Formats: sequence, C-alpha cells, structure tokens
Amino acid sequence: MEQIKDLLAQACSAVDAATSVSELEQVRVEYLGKKGPLTALLKGLGKLSAQERPAAGARINEAKQVVAEKINQQRRDLETAALAIKLASEKIDISQPGRGQHLGSLHPVTKTLERIEQFFGSIGYCVAEGPEIEDEYHNFEALNIPSHHPARAMHDTFYFDAKRLLRTHTSGVQVRTMETTEPPIRIICPGRVYRCDYDQTHTPMFHQVEGLLVDRGVSFADLKGTLEQFLREFFEDDVKVRFRPSYFPFTEPSIEVDIDRGDGKWLEVLGCGMVHPKVFEYSNIDTEIYTGFAFGMGVERLAMLRYGVDDLRLFFENDLRFLDQFS
Amino acid sequence: MKFSEKWLRELVQPAINTQQLVDQITMAGLEVDEVLSVANDFSNVVVGKILQAEQHPNADKLRICTVSDGSEEFQVVCGAPNARAGLVTAYAKIGAVLEAPGEKPFKIKKAKLRQVESFGMLCADAELGISEENDGIMELPADAPLGTSLREFLDLDDKIIDVDLTPNRGDCLSIIGLAREVGVLNKAPVSYPEINDTVTTITDTLSVNLEAAAECPRYLGRIIRNVDLSAKTPTWMVEKLRRSGIRAIDPVVDVTNYVLLELGQPLHAFDLDKLQGGIVVRKATTDESLVLLDGNEIKITAETLVIADDTGPVALAGIFGGKKTGVTTETTNIFLECAFFNPIAIAGKARGYGLHTDASHRYERGVDWQLQHRAMERTTQLLIEITGGDVAPITDAVDEQHLPTLKQIKLRHEKVNAMLAFAMPAAEIEEIVTRLGMIITETHDDSWSITAPSYRFDITIEVDIIEELARVYGYNNLPSKMPSAALDFTPRAESKVNMHNVRRTLVARGYQEAITYSFIEKGLQAKFDDKNTGIALANPISAEMAVMRTSIWPALVKTVQYNQNRQQSRVRLFETGQCFISNGDDIAQENVISAAIVGKRHPEGWSSDNQSVDFFDLKGDLLALLELGGCADEFSFVSDHHLALHPGQTARIVRNNETIGYIGALHPSLAKEYGINGNLYLFEINQQKLQAGKLTEFSELSKFPESKRDIAVVVDEQSVFETLKKIITSTAGEYLKNVTLFDIYQGQGVEKGRKSLAINLTWQHPSRTLNEEEVNSSIHLVVSALAEQAGAVLRD
Repeated sequence: MEQIKDLLAQACSAVDAATSVSELEQVRVEYLGKKGPLTALLKGLGKLSAQERPAAGARINEAKQVVAEKINQQRRDLETAALAIKLASEKIDISQPGRGQHLGSLHPVTKTLERIEQFFGSIGYCVAEGPEIEDEYHNFEALNIPSHHPARAMHDTFYFDAKRLLRTHTSGVQVRTMETTEPPIRIICPGRVYRCDYDQTHTPMFHQVEGLLVDRGVSFADLKGTLEQFLREFFEDDVKVRFRPSYFPFTEPSIEVDIDRGDGKWLEVLGCGMVHPKVFEYSNIDTEIYTGFAFGMGVERLAMLRYGVDDLRLFFENDLRFLDQFS
Repeated sequence: MKFSEKWLRELVQPAINTQQLVDQITMAGLEVDEVLSVANDFSNVVVGKILQAEQHPNADKLRICTVSDGSEEFQVVCGAPNARAGLVTAYAKIGAVLEAPGEKPFKIKKAKLRQVESFGMLCADAELGISEENDGIMELPADAPLGTSLREFLDLDDKIIDVDLTPNRGDCLSIIGLAREVGVLNKAPVSYPEINDTVTTITDTLSVNLEAAAECPRYLGRIIRNVDLSAKTPTWMVEKLRRSGIRAIDPVVDVTNYVLLELGQPLHAFDLDKLQGGIVVRKATTDESLVLLDGNEIKITAETLVIADDTGPVALAGIFGGKKTGVTTETTNIFLECAFFNPIAIAGKARGYGLHTDASHRYERGVDWQLQHRAMERTTQLLIEITGGDVAPITDAVDEQHLPTLKQIKLRHEKVNAMLAFAMPAAEIEEIVTRLGMIITETHDDSWSITAPSYRFDITIEVDIIEELARVYGYNNLPSKMPSAALDFTPRAESKVNMHNVRRTLVARGYQEAITYSFIEKGLQAKFDDKNTGIALANPISAEMAVMRTSIWPALVKTVQYNQNRQQSRVRLFETGQCFISNGDDIAQENVISAAIVGKRHPEGWSSDNQSVDFFDLKGDLLALLELGGCADEFSFVSDHHLALHPGQTARIVRNNETIGYIGALHPSLAKEYGINGNLYLFEINQQKLQAGKLTEFSELSKFPESKRDIAVVVDEQSVFETLKKIITSTAGEYLKNVTLFDIYQGQGVEKGRKSLAINLTWQHPSRTLNEEEVNSSIHLVVSALAEQAGAVLRD
C-alpha cells in the first residue's frame, strides 16, 4: 500500500510540474496509460488473495481517480492561463478608425425632395414626372397664360424655338395628368425647372415640387390645412404660417404663403391657390363638379431654410466639402 | 410702383401708422417691397439765398458766398460749381445736424477753410439724402421763402412706399387706385381730385382716324396753343414725381407723368407744329421705322400698333413717342393724346423692342376704359395752370363696339360657402362687394347679379368675386382643415427598382450625389458625344450654358476637376437626371444615371490598401445597381469604343440586344485636356432599363452537397473571360451552378502574350449527390471545349 501512496505523490507532483497541456498529456500517459504503474498495480491484483483483492482494487482505482481529477484541474488551469495570455496579446486599439468605404451622401436637394415626397406620399399623393423641354401649350397656354400675358415676363423663359422651351415650372406635368386622368387626382410633381436669371439669389436651374388635388368639394380651407400641416411637419416645428393674396394666372384665388420660424420675420416659402376654372376647361374637367387646389414650392429655398445654407449657388457647385455635410 | 405716403394720405386718411398701412396692403395682396425715407434726418437746414459769390483767394475751387436766411447774412465757403449769386439753395446753419444711415451724425460748426471763416454749409441733394444728385448744391425755386425750414418747404417728413403689384392689379398703378384700395380695407372715404371741364378758348382740332378700332377703341386728342414751356413746374409736383422715381423735365412731360401717377392714365404730348395732317391709329405696315424720344431708331414689326400722321408713324402706341414730333424747349403748340388701347394690342410689344415704359406697363395690364375724358381734363387743368395756353375742345374718337362692356357676373351664395368652407352671411357678401365699388344689379334668394367697376377689369367670373370676398375678409381669418378623401392605395410595381434605392446603394458605396446644370458649353458637349448634337438654347445665359446635355459625363468630369483643384484627390460622384437627344423634330428626354470615380480605392487610412481605383471598382458598383432588379444576368458588357473613353477600357452595356449605357476609363487625352489627375472611370446607364426588374421566383434549395473543381487555363492575353465563361456554361452540364474567376496570372511560368486564369466551377443536383465520375466528365468536356474553342491549355 505504501507503493500506492508513493505513486500518488509522484503523480501529483508530476502534474503540478507540467507547464503545458502537452506536458500534462505525457504525465497522464505515464501514470494512467496502459503501461503506467497504476495500471500495472491493477494487473497485479490477481496475485492477491480473494479477501485482499476488493480493498486493494478499490484503493488503486481511488488513486487513479485522484490523479485523473488532478490532471483535469491542471488542464483547466493551464488552458485558462494560456487563454489569458492569448487574449492579452490580442488586445486592439478600438479607437482606430474602421475600414472600408465611408458613407457617401445624397444631395441636399434630393434629401429635401424625398422628404416632401414622403410627406405627401403618406397622405395618398402620387409622384408624377414629365419632360423638361416642354411646349408652349403645356407650360403656358393650358395654364391660362396666353402669349401676350404680362405673367410671361415674370417667367424669363429659355426658348429653343417658337414652340419649345425649358419648362419654367412643373405645372405642365399637372396639365398632362389632368388631360389623361379622371378625378380624384392627387399628385406631386418634383423636378428641375429653368428661368433665364442668374445672380446671388437666382440660378438658371432650380427644383420645384408642385402639388395638385382635384376632387369634389375641395375648398380653400383644405388648401390652407394641407399646407399648414406640411410646413409644420417639414420644419418639425410649430412655425407660424400666413396666407397672403397674390396672383397666378392658373389659380383663383391665388396665395403666397409666408412662415415665421420664431424670429418675427416672414419668409415667403410657397405659392398656391384654387385651380382656375379656365385651367380645368383646357383639360375638360367639369368645374361644376370638381374643384381643386395647386401649390408649388422651391426646393432649394426649403433646403436652405431647413439646413441653414446661406448661398444658393453652393447647390450646383458640387463641392465635396459641401455635399459631405449631408450624409 | 413707388409712391409718396403723404400723397396717398391726401386722398384717404385711415387711422393707422406707416407700418400698419404697409402690413395691411401687403396682406391685401399689394406686396410692399420696401419703405424708404424721403430724406435723411437733419435739422436746422433752411432755405437760403446766395447774395454774393466771390473767388476764394487761396483756393481755385472754392467760393466765398454771402448767404441770407431772410433775416441775417452769413459768410459761407462753398466748393460747388453752381454756387452763384442769386441761387436759392439749402443752407445748413451753425448747429445743424446732418444724419446719414450707418454714419455718425455730422454737426455743422464754425470752420476755417484756407484761412477764410465759414459759418455753415450749402448742401447738395445727396448730403441730405434727398437723391443721389451730388454735382452741385440744391437749386430751389427763386421764390422759395427764405429762412423756412427745408423739411417743411419740401415736405420731407414722408415715406416712399415701393409696392410690387401683381399683373392683375393694374388698377392700383395709380394713387387713386391705391387710395381706393386703402379706403376699401379701412372702410374710409376717399376724396378724389376735383376735375372740371376746362373752358375752351379756341376751336382748333386735329382729325383722328381709328383705323385699328379693335386695338384702340377710344382716342382723345386736344390742341393747346401758346404754352410757355419756360415756366417752372411747381415744387410740390416735382417732389411727388421724385418720390415715385420720376425726374422733372419740363411742365408738359411733368404734368403728363403726374396724371399717369395720379390717375393711372398714360398721356402723350406731341409738338403740334411737327405733326403733318391728322392722326391715324393703325397697325404698322412693313418697312416702317421710327426714331424714339431716346434717340434710338427701331424697325417696327407689322403687328405693332402705331400713331401716325401723314408722314408715317409718330409714336409706338401705348409705349413710346417719336423724337421728331416730341415736345422741346421751342414748342409752343401741343397736341395731347389720351387713349384707351386694348391690353392685348400692347402686351408683350414693348418687350419685343427691348422697351419697358411707364405707359406700356400700365397699358398691358389694362387701363380703366372710362378714364380718358377725366384724365384729359385733369392734364389740361394742371398744365395751363403752369404754362398758360389756349385750350381747344377735345376730339373724342370712339368705337363703342370695341369698347369693353360692364359684364353681369352671377355670384351664387352656395359657391361662396363651398369654396371658402364657411357660411359667409349674405349681408356681409353684399357689403364687401359694394365696398369694392361693384354694383349689385339683381338680388335673388341665393345669388346675385353683379357688375364690376370699369377699373376692375380683372374681375370677370364668379370665382374672381369669391377671391375678392376672401381677400377683403382676410385669408387668415378663413377656416383651415385637412381634406377628406377616399383611402385608396397607391399602386406600386414591386419589380420596378425604385430610384431611391439606386441612389442609396451608391451612397452606401461611398458616392456623393451631384446636381449639375442641364445645359453645358457646346464645345465640351462635342468632346464627349460625336453622335448627337446638343440642342441649342435660343437665348442662353452664357456660352457655358448654351446647349442641352446629351450626357451627364461632361459636367461630372468638370465637377471632378473643380474638386481636384480644391485638394480633393479622391472623388466618387453620381448624378441622375434627364439627357436630351434630338431625333429630327422629336426630342428624346431620357433619364440616366451617371457616375465618376477617381483616386484611391478606399479613403486614406491606417490599413487601407493604397491602390487607385480601376475599371473593375466602378464595374463592381454598377453591378450592384444591376443586381437591385434581380435580373443582373440580363445585362452584358461588350468591349467597344466611345469618343470619350479609353479605347482599350470601354464597355457597352447591353440588355436584350439594346445598348443602354457605357462604362470605361476617361480617354487620356480628355483627362489631360481637363487637367484630371489619375485615371477617371465613368459609367452612364438608362434609368428606365435599370429600373425594369423581375419579381423574385423561389427555387427549391437543394439538400445535396455541392461539388467544386478548380481549373487553371492558359490562354492568349487578349482572350475575354466572358467568352470563356460562355464556353464553360454551355459545356459543363445542366447542374453547373456557378463559375467564378478567382485568379489571373501573368509572369514566370506563363509564356509571354498569354495569361493564366484560375476558375472555380460549382455543380449541384437538386435531388441527389453528384458522383465523382459525373463531375470529372463535365470537367473533361469543359477543358476540351476551352482548348478547342479558345486555345486554352490546362496549366499544371
């Protein structure tokens, strides 16, 4: 029995001495393997008497178990220590920048257009688009702006020839829609428009969103409500809104809408009105059944107010340092 | 239109201050642009007279003046060239304070100028903020009362209100029109100037023939003889004109301008002695010309209405007078014209000649067709008060048939309520309508018959009256609500790729969106496209914006250049928009999406690969867009040529045998010309073709393992991978799932002029495991097909 005790002590110190998992494995093979001393002892049990055999066997097995347990414990300790070292060596500087492409950016005009589309889309307006090279009829005539009308002078139109021009507003798209669609109509028409004017506050190309609602019983109150709510949603603020009489040949009454964002200054943000009966007549819509309203807004102007841009011309210079601010 | 607030208040006196007045008319649709002071603030400036003016002994340009303020005399040194004895002028006494906006008040003290003492200062208009005039000191009328405060004498405590009138409110292009409007808004009475028929003393007339009666249904003429044009226009009139931005010239011009401002009726005066025969109002014939009052000669187009005498045109009707028959200092006899022209006959005509006059501005918006007689009498009355003269009777040529008529407009109460979503009481409707000068000719249970006054020619239909009701009631006092409508769904095709997604995909891949002008320089356009000519604008704003783009590339390249010049070496841009292609008479306006990249593949960073972008970076981004529609396999790339692209790095993008775009490297010579640093890659593709996608159709997932094989083949370096891929897919059997090119090698071990391509092939059977022999035999077929059709040799 002394032999078992010695073996156990030897095995234990061998386990303790093992500094790696592979050394430990050698110790395991040495002591617990088929050729190991404890196995040999078990094999030697046959030499003992029948009375001694059970007790001796039990002791040997017990010793084997102790060693096995010890090895497992040591293995876990070694693994934990190794892992700790490995982890420590794998520490990174998480403050280093990430890798790969940076996010690009949408142009602020597109951002603004998309927001406007979403607001009106959420209450059932569809987006309608049309040609930028437009004919006189759709840009002027059908909107109750005959050729001699003084309002034409307000438009500073780019012409190609006597009949073709660059659209001065997206209203032509409204006309085209009314020509082909039965009311109710709910559309917004975003897009590029052109005016022959270039200075600090005008660029010869800019963007508009126009809207049109034609249905039974559409009133001035509906127009006011829609635009008030739109402006408050757009600016995410309880802006003050006022409606000022104005004049457009295609609407009657015509209105300009001003907002006050809390500084006591009124800023003109859009034009609108009830669709003029002549415009309906051009598109064969019965004015005794239907009424409607239309509105138009300059996208750059809204973007400038929304994002605090102070120079219109920045929108078309496409300086990356400008564009990058809108990602 | 600019007008003097005081003048307005002579006619109507609402109990509101300037700011309230400005706000009120702005909110009534007469938008005020700005309010200006008539003069700067100043004190102690009086009417003074130069009694003597002597040369300063020590300064060539200075004079020593003796100035009287009516009670005392002062010595004042003055440098103005017009400082002369006898001149009545503005005299700032010792202690006077002159203020100018943005400057410190300037106090007049006793001073010494080149050893001569000066007690005060003689002032020019500009020094008092009266006008820009700074060439000399003010010249006041000789009879101006000396010692009177200048503010009082010129009535300078006044504001100039500049109102920006919309084209429909021609009726407000006059003081009486504005007063009428202010009267309506304030329920205040308006006192109109008293106009009486002048007693005629002579009987001379000039015949007036309305050949173009439709364009000119009424023409009033009057001869006045023996007018004294050396008479001075009274200061009050000069000041009123000045406050409306009109300079005084001579009494005839001043009075006609005054009546234009006061009543809104343009008039013209001819020198009677220069007219030959009678007046004819007619359309111009071809080959007529006229030297205008400003000295410019114009060729008159055939549609233009002219006033002619026996010799030809003497004025452009309603626009501008002719020089030959104009009033000069020698004129003694005049012929006054006061007409009503049909707005359509005048509209747009002035613009056609590059002209814009106070007369044409009013005539094209419309002048009250019942105003001419009163205006003629008013002009006569004011003129002879100044110049004297013998007045002849008015020749009144009129064609009643072509005059406008007072229309009956039916106004339905129910329409008012429906449009305004508000039950406006009948009494209120009647009150507002009447206040606006309209006449209710009939009243029914639920409607009215109404006529608008002749000056409100903008009111012709029911809705015009409803607008007036809303305007006077106040737009902001009317109700507001959200519309109600049926909750219909908006149809959306799922297979159609949304442009929002396209843009966002590029943004996620590091692109910035640009928006460039749709018109570009002609030469630039031609360098990028030799197939289409940019459609030219008839009136471009500049040569840089002269033709419509047929591609977005030129502008993107210019934008890259712009940014590279601002130290941005890595540029990734895209733009969406229309391009314009002329097909004979038709114009194709197609939406495209275009992109450009240059510089490093990744943003500069601690671990980035430092490589510059190449063709395949851009192709990868483009493929990502093509994949959005779920049918990327329908697109193919064909090696081709493009004027703007590198001949060896150009692909035509094809879908269903149709060219839908190009991708490639910017041609090195263009890159050089535009100073682009680094290789720039571009693609442009038709949006509609990109957006046409396919609905996902599920295919069963195989439960069986894939079999993969790699092969490496050596082919000619000019060989095209796409061709090899086609050979592979057509020979590898139906269970081939995927072909991936995973390495390209040239160099040691591969002979010159050849390249080695490593390709992975993957097979999978939907319902069983493919066995070794099947895969091996497929590979065998592939390899021999590649050898046969592409000269490929298996690399070992």
